[in-house]
Formats: sequence, structure tokens, C-alpha cells
Amino acid sequence: MSAAAVPEAVARPLMTLSGVSQVFDTKAGPIRAVDHANLSVNPGEVLCLVGESGSGKTTAARMAAGLTRPSGGEVKYDGTDIWSLNKKDFSTFRRSVQYVHQDPYASLNPTRTIQQTLTAPLLKHGVVKGAKAAADRAAELLTKVDLTPPENYLPKYPHQLSGGQRQRVAVARALTLDPKLIIADESTSMLDVSIRISVLAMLGRLRDELGVGFLFITHDLAIAKYFGWRGKTAVMYLGRIVEFGPTPKIINAPTHPYTRALIEAIPEPDPDLTRTKSAGSLRSLEIPSLANLPSGCAFHPRCGRFEPGLCDGEVPELVGVRAGQSAACHVVARDGAEEPER
Amino acid sequence: MTTTSAGAARAVRGGAGKPLLSIRDFKVEYRTGAGAVVQAVRGVDLDLYPGESLALVGESGCGKTTFGLGLLRLLPRLGHASGKVIFNRGDGTEIDVLGLDGRDLRKFRWRDAAMVFQGAMNAFNPVLKIRGHMHDTMRAHTKATKQEIEERAAELLRLVRLEPERVMDSYPHELSGGMRQRVLIAMSLLLEPEVLILDEPTTALDILTQRSVVDVLHEVRERLGFSMIFISHDLSLAAELADRVATMYAGRIIETGGVRDLFYRPRHPYTLGLIKAVPPIVGDLPDLESIPGGPPSLAALPAGCSFHPRCKFATEECQEAEPPLIPITDEPGDGHEVACIHSGDVHLDRSAS
Ligand SMILES: Nc1ncnc2c1ncn2[C@@H]1O[C@H](COP(=O)(O)OP(=O)(O)OP(=O)(O)O)[C@@H](O)[C@H]1O
Ligand SMILES: Nc1ncnc2c1ncn2[C@@H]1O[C@H](COP(=O)(O)OP(=O)(O)OP(=O)(O)O)[C@@H](O)[C@H]1O
Ligand code: SF4
Ligand code: SF4
Ligand SMILES: [Mg+2]
Ligand SMILES: [Mg+2]
Repeated sequence: MSAAAVPEAVARPLMTLSGVSQVFDTKAGPIRAVDHANLSVNPGEVLCLVGESGSGKTTAARMAAGLTRPSGGEVKYDGTDIWSLNKKDFSTFRRSVQYVHQDPYASLNPTRTIQQTLTAPLLKHGVVKGAKAAADRAAELLTKVDLTPPENYLPKYPHQLSGGQRQRVAVARALTLDPKLIIADESTSMLDVSIRISVLAMLGRLRDELGVGFLFITHDLAIAKYFGWRGKTAVMYLGRIVEFGPTPKIINAPTHPYTRALIEAIPEPDPDLTRTKSAGSLRSLEIPSLANLPSGCAFHPRCGRFEPGLCDGEVPELVGVRAGQSAACHVVARDGAEEPER
Repeated sequence: MTTTSAGAARAVRGGAGKPLLSIRDFKVEYRTGAGAVVQAVRGVDLDLYPGESLALVGESGCGKTTFGLGLLRLLPRLGHASGKVIFNRGDGTEIDVLGLDGRDLRKFRWRDAAMVFQGAMNAFNPVLKIRGHMHDTMRAHTKATKQEIEERAAELLRLVRLEPERVMDSYPHELSGGMRQRVLIAMSLLLEPEVLILDEPTTALDILTQRSVVDVLHEVRERLGFSMIFISHDLSLAAELADRVATMYAGRIIETGGVRDLFYRPRHPYTLGLIKAVPPIVGDLPDLESIPGGPPSLAALPAGCSFHPRCKFATEECQEAEPPLIPITDEPGDGHEVACIHSGDVHLDRSAS
């Protein structure tokens, strides 16, 4: 495992992915949707996983949640490989790590009221005893996700709620079993701007007050910046982690040419500033297919800093480039991290 | 860090002269069964000037798509548009858009104004190559020869940075999302419309692809000089592409003005709230604020200003009447209008956000 990818904190990581890969068989042949990824999340910490569509974020998250078994590598929870756990311990693990889906509409049962949705897992796992205690706990959870007063929401069905309210219910359901880690996969992507920030603020409060760790997945770097500022961010490209570090560094001082291109391309809510941006430094806009990856660095056909011979030979390893920050790029490894131009 | 090889920053253009499109008291109703009707666009006044790029922003369901469809007379059967829409053709003729029918309407739709629909990049005919799409579009509206069509299509594809040799012979599924979106932009420009309406042209595209579509739009507009109505829920895109911005809420335009006026000096609490809710990518951790609650149902709009239940500037007076969109007079700048009775109290402090 690459040393740079392991957080330096003394706390034992809650979850570690060590060299995990996921290979899918497709019509075009086998594809490595995730290739040797190393990641870890500490208790109460936020780890953001960012990258474009198809980069492998959901595949990595599903392995972290124990929903799919990796083709290679280890997923450890609390120090133990989850796939070596017995049935009882595996089910404890599954309760401790909750996956919140992108589309709450698809994940909430439309025929159940919010109360039924929340009390079912409480009763099934014996978290509380009796219908009354379960209803009280459900009301308490709704308050935690800012759906107040809870009486207004308990009797409702998902279709009677707005998108933001449904996403809050999905989070409340994830909280029923006192998780230590929430894996939020594009949990705010479908929400309108005015609502998104309040859902993120609510998640931030859960992190602070309940000490819940987050694996926070988004394609939107500005959202990763906002939610994960005090945590870390990993950038994925075609199944590999290409840059990793403290979020402020990834956003304000990225070193990998891909991360830099992403940051340069994002429009700003500021007319003067945003008109200075462009994709000018990219050589190509085509995203290669996972079934037919370019040799060496998979970003090389698009990269503005491509050097023939160096970049298209070996696959670059993720190596430390600055304190706590690592990148998988031959040129950065050779020349060092340039200081950002500002 | 954010400057790139693209060179000089792109400028904001100002509208001048006679409006190309003049929209007055424009309304759209949908019949929703059992005699019920919802008003999705509730009286919009708006001018679009030659060469201008106008962004229409607002949250889901506020009526942006309905407005665009209504302008081009493309509403579904249960939708009905009313009011006045005047199109001033380059040759001096005035066209009453809502009165058009038959051949005149078809002519208006592609040659005067064209629309790239929300989600259309997934709606190509899957068994037809791009060449077929180009020929069908041109033949339906012109008497162009095969050769002319080939040349025109190739020219436009190059303009949106695609290789005609490769793209013309491809089926839609063989192209990436960004390529399909650029093909659509090229197709919409085949008949040289003076107005192009783009509905969420980059939603669902990856950031680098989105950037390329945005850069292409800047370029083709520079070259061809058409006017553009750009519909988006993404404020940053509006900041980037618009000369002028109109904010829509619950079927009305509640603020409009030059892009710099709107982003640096918003005067409607809703526009202010939207700007404060968007995280910028440069700089330190921003202080963001959300707008409480959600948009109202069109079937049960709050009395008076429809934003009042969510507005922190609201007073009792706000519930009495819907404020009209009126010019701001206490500030320099042209054409900044706002529909709020307390707009004098609304100020954005950029240093604090
Ligand atoms: N079950 C599967 N079988 C075959 N291929 C798969 C499967 N699941 C994912 N893939 C492929 O693996 C790659 C990574 O997919 P993944 O869903 O992890 O990406 P992502 O980063 O979450 O993208 P998005 O932002 O679009 O959600 C994609 O090319 C996808 O098509
Ligand atoms: N065919 C229809 N029949 C009835 N109501 C409709 C119809 N189409 C749209 N509406 C309603 O009209 C309102 C405006 O919808 P519209 O699609 O114009 O919003 P929008 O601003 O484009 O939203 P989005 O950002 O989600 O695309 C919504 O309340 C919607 O439910
Ligand atoms: S290894 Fe070469 S091609 Fe890959 S990101 Fe670095 S400079 Fe670019
Ligand atoms: S009129 Fe009143 S409620 Fe409406 S936006 Fe202005 S202050 Fe807010
Ligand atoms: Mg995904
Ligand atoms: Mg729409």
C-alpha cells in the first residue's frame, strides 16, 4: 500500500481499502472498474471521492459497503478483512456502514409511510422494543435530519415529499442502526442549489455531533470542497486514484494534470472570474474506454504535459509529492510539485 | 491557477437597438385533467436584443422549459400560451409569433428561432446516422441539394470542433454525450436561426466535456452572431455564458439585469439566496447559506409575493400584492429590474461570502 495514501492520524482507521480492484466482464472484454485503490477513513472524518462519470466511484463505494466483493485486495473494517468475518460479525459490519443512494426516490419504498420506513429496521434489529419506542425513535431521527415537527412527516409517503425531504428521510433511515460510517453516493446531486447546502450542513452536523465518518462521493469538486474541507479528497480517473491529499490542497494546489484540468474547467458563480477559464490545456476530449486503456498513464492521450516515452510506458504509481499529498504522474514525480500560480 | 492558455478573458456584450424578440405578458397554462389548470408561466415581460445571450435561471419546476417551449410554440397539446411575442426579422418584418400557423410557423421555428431541448442528446433516432439527421432537418425546411447539405453540415460540425468525416458516418450511440450535444448545437444552426434557445445544454455532462461545450458556444456565437436564450439551473454557467440574466421563480421573472449587475449587485432576495448557496471553487472555505423551505406548488401559490414564505426580508405587506418587475433607479447600470418591495434592503457582501 502506498504510504502517502494512509492518513497520518493516530486514530485507527475505521475503514481501509488496500489495493482493491474490481473487474467486470463485459461484451468488450474484462474491464477494471477499480484498479488497486488504497483509501482509508478515520472515525468522524470525511473522505471525498471525486471523478467523472465512469471513473469507478460507485464501484469503490459498493465494495466499501460490503455490497460487492472485490476481485482483488482487502476491505478492512476496524482492522479486519470484512470477507473473513462470520455471518454475525458481517451483519454487525453491514449495520455500522450505511450506504445512502443517489436517488432517494428509487431507494425508499413508495408503499410505506416514513414512519414504517424508519421503524422497520429499528424493530427488526431489536434496537428498540415495542411500537411506541420505535415511533419515538423515528421522530427523534427526523428531528436530527431537520424534518420538524416530525409529526408532519411520519404519516407521509415518499411521493408526498420534496426531493430534499426524501433525501433527508434516506439519511434518517441510514441513522436508524447507529452507523459509524455513512457512504453517501452523490447524495445531493439531484437537489436544487437552495436545498443542497442545507442537506450538506445537516450531514456536517451528524459528523460533528455523532462522530460519524463519511465516504462522500461526488462528481462536483465544489461540493467536495464545501463538505470535505477538513477532510481528505481522492481523485479517480478510469478506475485509478490519481491524486490524494487534504481537501484544501487538492482544490487550491492540485499537482496532477488531470486534477488541474478539472479545477481549471469548473465555472465559477462570478462572471469576471469564470470568463478567464477554458479547457485549453487538454489535448483531447475523448475519454478512453476501460476495455481498451491507453498504455502507461491512462490520461496520456489527453494530457497537456504528456512526454512520449515517459508517460506511455509504465503506469505511474501514487507517490508522495508534498506533505500528505500524493499524485500518480511521472512528470510530477520527476520535477516535483510546482507551486500553484497565485 | 485558473488562467489558461485561452488568453484574454471573454467580454460581456451589451444589447443595443431594437429588440429581436419582444415578449409581453406571456403566460402558459397546462390543463391537468378534470378541468383543472395550472399556470406555469405567469406573465413574463422580456426583450432579447440582437447578438445577446440571455440566461434564464431558477430552480427545478419554476417554468424555464415551459417558457422556451411556449416561445417556439412547441408546447404539448394540453399547454396553452397567451400574451404577445413579437419577432423582428432582420429584413424589417414584424412577426406575431403566437398568431403564426402552418407553413409560417414551421419557417419561424427553424429559420428564425431554433431550440436544443433538455435531454435531447438522448433522443436521437438510434438507427439513423448523423448524416441522416442532418439531411432530414435540411430537407424538411429548404430546397438545398445533397451537396449543399453535406457542405453546410461539415462546416457547422467543424465549428463545434467535430471532425465531419468521422461524425457524419456515426450512429448516435457511437458518440459520447459531449459529442452528441455538439452535434445537436450544429444541427440547430443548420438554417441560420437568429435566436437559439438552449435548454440545460450541459446538464449531465462531465465537467471537462461541459467546459468544451461552453467553449464551443462562446466560439460559434462569436462567429455567427446569433442571439441565445440559455436555460439553466446552474448559476455558474449563467455567469459564464450570459450577457444578461433573468431569474425565474414560480413562473415569473423576479429579477433581470446585466450579468455583472445580477451577480455582484443582486437586489431580489431569491437571486441573492441562490448566489449565496453556490460554492465557488477558488479560495478558502466559503460561508454558504441555504434558502429555507422549497418552491411552492403552482396549484397553491402563496398570496402576494410568492417568495414570501421563504424570504428573510418579508414583512406583512409582502403578502398583500404580487410586486411588479420594476427598474432599479438608485444604481447606475442599464435595465436592472426587480420584483420586490424591499429591494432597497437587499445587498450582497462578496467579501463575507
Ligand atoms: N455491474 C457492472 N458490470 C459491468 N460494468 C460495470 C458494472 N458496474 C459498473 N461498471 C462499469 O464500471 C465503470 C465504473 O462505473 P461506476 O459506476 O463505478 O462509475 P462512477 O464513477 O460511479 O460513475 P457515475 O459518476 O456515472 O456514477 C463504468 O465503466 C461502468 O460502466
Ligand atoms: N405537460 C404538463 N402538464 C402539466 N404540468 C406541467 C407540464 N409540463 C410541466 N408542467 C409543470 O409546469 C411547471 C414548470 O415546469 P418546467 O418543466 O417548465 O420547469 P423547469 O423550470 O424547466 O424545471 P427543470 O429545471 O426541472 O427542468 C412544473 O410545475 C411542472 O410540473
Ligand atoms: S504521467 Fe504524463 S500523461 Fe500522465 S498525467 Fe503525468 S504528465 Fe500527464
Ligand atoms: S416582496 Fe417581500 S417577500 Fe417578496 S422578495 Fe421582496 S421582501 Fe421578500
Ligand atoms: Mg456512480
Ligand atoms: Mg426544464
